[in-house]
Amino acid sequence: MKTSGGNLKLVLSYCILTGLTFLSLFPALWIILSSLKTGNSLYSETFIPREFTFGHYTDLFNKTKYPIWFFNTLKVAVLSTVFGTALLLISSYAISRFRFAGRKTSLKVMLVLQMFPGFMAMIAIFVMLNAMGLLNSHWALILVYSSGSIIANVFVAKGFFDTIPKSLEDAARIDGASHFKVFATVIVPLSTPMLTYASLMIFNGAFIDFIFADLILRTEEQRTLAVGLFKMVSQRNSTEFTMFAAGAVLVALPVTLLFLFLQRYLVDGLTAGANKG
Amino acid sequence: MQSKTIGAVLSLVLMGLGQLYNRQWGKGIVFVAAALVGIYLTVFQLYDHLHGLITLGEQPSGFVKVGKMMKMVEGDHSIFLLIKGLIALVAVLFFLCFYILNIRDAYLVGRLRDEGKSPATFRKSLAALGDKHFAYLVLLPPFIVITFLTILPLIFSILLAFTNFADPILPPANLVDWVGFDNFSKMLNLKVWSSTFVGILTWTLVWAVIATATTYVGGILIAVLIHQPRIRFKKFWRTALIVPFAIPNMISLLVMRNMFNNQFGPINGYLQYFGLKGLPWLTDPFWAKVTVILANMWIGIPITMILAFGVLTTIPRDLYEAADVDGAGARQKFRMITLPMVLFSTSPILIMNFAGNINNFNVIYLLTNGEPVNINYQFAGHTDLLVTWLYKLALNQSQFSFASVIGIVIFFIVASVSIWSYTRTRSYREEDMIQ
Repeated sequence: MKTSGGNLKLVLSYCILTGLTFLSLFPALWIILSSLKTGNSLYSETFIPREFTFGHYTDLFNKTKYPIWFFNTLKVAVLSTVFGTALLLISSYAISRFRFAGRKTSLKVMLVLQMFPGFMAMIAIFVMLNAMGLLNSHWALILVYSSGSIIANVFVAKGFFDTIPKSLEDAARIDGASHFKVFATVIVPLSTPMLTYASLMIFNGAFIDFIFADLILRTEEQRTLAVGLFKMVSQRNSTEFTMFAAGAVLVALPVTLLFLFLQRYLVDGLTAGANKG
Repeated sequence: MQSKTIGAVLSLVLMGLGQLYNRQWGKGIVFVAAALVGIYLTVFQLYDHLHGLITLGEQPSGFVKVGKMMKMVEGDHSIFLLIKGLIALVAVLFFLCFYILNIRDAYLVGRLRDEGKSPATFRKSLAALGDKHFAYLVLLPPFIVITFLTILPLIFSILLAFTNFADPILPPANLVDWVGFDNFSKMLNLKVWSSTFVGILTWTLVWAVIATATTYVGGILIAVLIHQPRIRFKKFWRTALIVPFAIPNMISLLVMRNMFNNQFGPINGYLQYFGLKGLPWLTDPFWAKVTVILANMWIGIPITMILAFGVLTTIPRDLYEAADVDGAGARQKFRMITLPMVLFSTSPILIMNFAGNINNFNVIYLLTNGEPVNINYQFAGHTDLLVTWLYKLALNQSQFSFASVIGIVIFFIVASVSIWSYTRTRSYREEDMIQ
């Protein structure tokens, strides 16, 4: 089968793959190099800067409120993940396992809710919070992210629970375990892949979201990283490009590595999500 | 008379009485207490709230002449009245459901007594709640959260579409009124609104089709490319090409916005290096549209690629072996085996992606912010989608009622696409999820 045509095709394939790899990594490389560049402008004469500096990273911690933002972000993201995952787990488990009156209706309602543009509710919440003078609170963010995560992930989670054989629970129940005990000792350990996927998605969503956070958070002390970074470059004539680059690297690096590290779970989760409809 | 009838009637008169009659003291006392609070609130508060919801306020804030002095008087705040009225309605609805359940409970326990059995003690009832009604118990917290943080705000948004809550009519200085379908007819008939609406709707649909098609085809092609048997380091290529999906898209889009900068961005820099004139990536209407599509491909292709990879590994080897025996070439095998298998398994996500792209806020907002500005549009630019227009209308221009109209339009587009596609999938016919 080894013809010259076949080899040509192989070489061509490798060329295309190399090109695509370059394209897919280029923005990441560029922003990392920019963050190490001296000066603060977007413009650069060479791709690899002539002088390297970590100054922008130290500036980030000394001259901006980055550490406070970082703490705010962690607080919002961790609490949203905890509440969101807990609510998601129990609701999708109950919907998957129990046949109760109103089950199909709730599934339909959730499907309909998914079809509204997500932040239509957010804007309404903004108007409501504004009218009540409750803006600028992290708890508003946490509550909205947690409730949103149920609707966004319930079908994936339900689909996952549907695949766990019922006999496992029946066995535990014969041994006298209560519903809650069955849930905690049999179901939760079995659902690690889904749990990882869902909590990662919720965490990432809360970590990265800037629209709602930007709406709600009014003072610089309350800002999250995403809002802070967004403000750094979205203003016209912003001159702090390299500092933004440093901030972007610090935010994106952990999340990116986490995603790559947990690839397998993500692939499973995505596939499950795709099969639902 | 039978206990079940007496119990039910007593519970109808006052929640909990039937339970007391059935000698379920604990439950009865709790129910009576709840009933008294609920009825008190309903009688003394509901009328005001409903009145407010219907009139949306009668007295605007402003200066009123008191004697010889002008005095600032705080009037009705229409939005407050709307929210409170809604919350009151939901609360009453909950209370009514509870009331009906209470009557049913008294009836069932009464029937038990008629049959000569003794009713459950308070402790037993509580235990039964955790066992028989486990699903309800567990679903209560998510239910409350979703009701108040998603459903209530959505109803509120939808209601806004039927009011004139738009700059310059902003409370507390002005009162908002119900205007029925006025906003919808303005959107269709008033020239300034309708031309913007039609223009943006067209671009939204064009964008959704192109964005979905490019990422879908691109992802499948790349997956097939890597999946070729003779390609080595498959894991490396796959990981390298997943990177765009792993980087938070808020960051990568902000980065790209700088990369595509006409003057200082590296992309034009390289083009100039090769002697080409740079392109006006973000400032020309046509090229701005090209830019958002390219950026979306960069972000979206990895997802289809991952999915297509999943499908490719499940295609049975013997299909290809059989094709080899029949003397099929590589191209034929691809066309007759690989492609149909991949298309079959991944087509459901096409529709999901299409719906997702209609609402693809981030790509537009972060990359171009809807710009370049279109002077013929009402508060919108050339690359604005319906969602970003909605956002700008609500947050920057305080045109809340028009923003809500747009939200409802988006809902109808997405819903009809989803329902149309849903009725065509296997899961609709085979699974018991939605019927």
